[in-house]
Amino acid sequence: MKLKILMALLRKEVILMRRNPIIPKIIFVMPLMVMLVIPLVANLDVKNVEVTVVDNDRTPLSRRIIADMEASDFLRVRDICSTHDRAMITVEKGDADVVLTIPDDFMKEVASHTSRIDVEANGVNATKGMLGSQYVAQSVMHTVSRWMEENGVRMSGEDISVINRYNPTLDFRNYMIPALMVVLLIIICGFLPALNLVGEKETGTIEAMNVTPVSRLIFVLSKLIPFWIIGIIVVTVGITVGWAVYGLVPQGNILTIYLATILFSFVMSGFGVAIANRSSTMLQSIFVMFAFIMIFQLMSGLFTPIGSMPRWAQYLTYAIPPRYFIEIMRSVYLKGTLLGELFPQFLALLGFAAAFFSVAALTYRKQS
Amino acid sequence: MTAAIEISGITKRYGNVTALDGVSFRIEPGELFGLIGPDGAGKSSLYRILATLALPDSGSAKVCGLDVAADYRVLRTRIGYMPEKFSFYQDLTVTENLHFFASLFGVSVRENFPLIAPIFGQLEKFPDRKAGALSGGMKQKLALSCALIHRPEILLLDEPTTGVDAVSRSEFWEMLSQLTRSGITILVSTSYMDEATRCGRIAMINEGHILAVDSPAALAGSLGENLYNAVAPDMFGLLTQLRMMPDVIDCYTFGATLHLVAAPGFSPGETVAALTHSGLRDVRIYPAQGDIEDLFIKQIRDGK
Repeated sequence: MKLKILMALLRKEVILMRRNPIIPKIIFVMPLMVMLVIPLVANLDVKNVEVTVVDNDRTPLSRRIIADMEASDFLRVRDICSTHDRAMITVEKGDADVVLTIPDDFMKEVASHTSRIDVEANGVNATKGMLGSQYVAQSVMHTVSRWMEENGVRMSGEDISVINRYNPTLDFRNYMIPALMVVLLIIICGFLPALNLVGEKETGTIEAMNVTPVSRLIFVLSKLIPFWIIGIIVVTVGITVGWAVYGLVPQGNILTIYLATILFSFVMSGFGVAIANRSSTMLQSIFVMFAFIMIFQLMSGLFTPIGSMPRWAQYLTYAIPPRYFIEIMRSVYLKGTLLGELFPQFLALLGFAAAFFSVAALTYRKQS
Repeated sequence: MTAAIEISGITKRYGNVTALDGVSFRIEPGELFGLIGPDGAGKSSLYRILATLALPDSGSAKVCGLDVAADYRVLRTRIGYMPEKFSFYQDLTVTENLHFFASLFGVSVRENFPLIAPIFGQLEKFPDRKAGALSGGMKQKLALSCALIHRPEILLLDEPTTGVDAVSRSEFWEMLSQLTRSGITILVSTSYMDEATRCGRIAMINEGHILAVDSPAALAGSLGENLYNAVAPDMFGLLTQLRMMPDVIDCYTFGATLHLVAAPGFSPGETVAALTHSGLRDVRIYPAQGDIEDLFIKQIRDGK
């Protein structure tokens, strides 16, 4: 009997979602667009560092330093100025990120091992300034050592070899793609159930539901279960685009990802319903939801690593459900972690799912 | 015999507003009972309490002998409630809506179809049309069918005829009479006074108070006022002039005419002469039959 009622409610939800002019587009097109565009644009890799050179040396070595920088994928020589003041103007205008000053007699000093060279970076964009100056310094060092080798002087430098595990090319995309699926699930499985329920309040169909003998548990369940399927669709679109367009495939078991997806969509939709229970208009629910989603996105380690947050904030992140989902996604995707090793994260998600479902069911009131 | 609905001393407040103030009346099984009152009288608040959707601040109500606060679970299977707003799903088709509501109550459409057949008749022609695309009258029939599909003992209809054309309204009242003949008790509210005569008994409600409860004929007969119709080409002039006359207690527009409540000793002939003298042409004043609306106006006037 109860199961039959639940089935009837679910059938209704699915029919209504299919007939809704926007929801099917959100479920299919939104993940597609986000996965196709965002990994290309939301990129923390520093490229195209603009360099202005003040070449006071004017020797074959200094010309080679400039030519090598121009040949680099990351650096672009913007300008070659005669004085340091001129070079600074290009920085102030925002045309250049780094100023490289090659002093007088640089080539001579190199030969006698007493050389020094100045690298100045615009620190307004801290990441770009830091990485940019490093790139320039590396490029110069490389040129100088090759030059010395060619001239028969052996550099006494150590050979350091760096291997990046799990993301060998340090491609920021590989870090972002699993996270973007989490963003999509937060938005789709958070907003849609909230809007759905408040919509029923606004059109008045909730009144008719409330006078039926349907228990609130069953009713709330009928609002959450469709989002398991929607979550799976969204993640499937994400994984497919990740593989077809960016060549990124999960290292671990795809079923682990799907299991986490089901749990997480239950968490988010329970949260959405709980908010809807307390809102009487769509606008109210959207604003409240938006505030939480912002915190979820910025504090869950989506964009910035949790490890670099202040200690108190790191503790706070334990209360943020997407944190666990992101950990699962990234480790399964990049490290191929097994389900058993992610037990604490799954347990946390299960806990949140149970908690939010209870809150959603308990705050749903048939009587006023 | 237990009453179908028994309301005793219900008060409901929303903040500072008292929506219902000590409302009491009872409805016998099989009655077609009307709740008549203007917008904001408290009709919908009373419905929400009877439909177990709201709790009264004080007082109690029994529907089918069950307390609305304590026995709400059982009660929900035995009442059919049709709220003021159409409560079916606009994006589901006619058939889908009907089957959906039937399955929520654990019944099949087929077993109870004979009950709704007279209402559903015209809807059968387009089973696959979305409910939102139906005309006003058709929507109302669908909503009634959905509220009836689990064969409730008591039907609570909150302003079912609002926003529906005159022909559909008349048809609708005909259906309600038929339903009472099959043993269903109906409480129906309306703000259209002319619909009151369709009910067996009515309760007049205004500002949360019940003004009177009786059959429409008895209520109209209890008016006990000296009532006249007044017409003239210049209706507004006539209204203002009449209101200033000493032996006119009250005067108000009533359909295409004016109703005037006269004090004892009022003479239609003299009044027409006086009005003609002050410049109004073609004035006619003749006795009128009072009805529920006149009674309503009287009750409100006396209350002040």
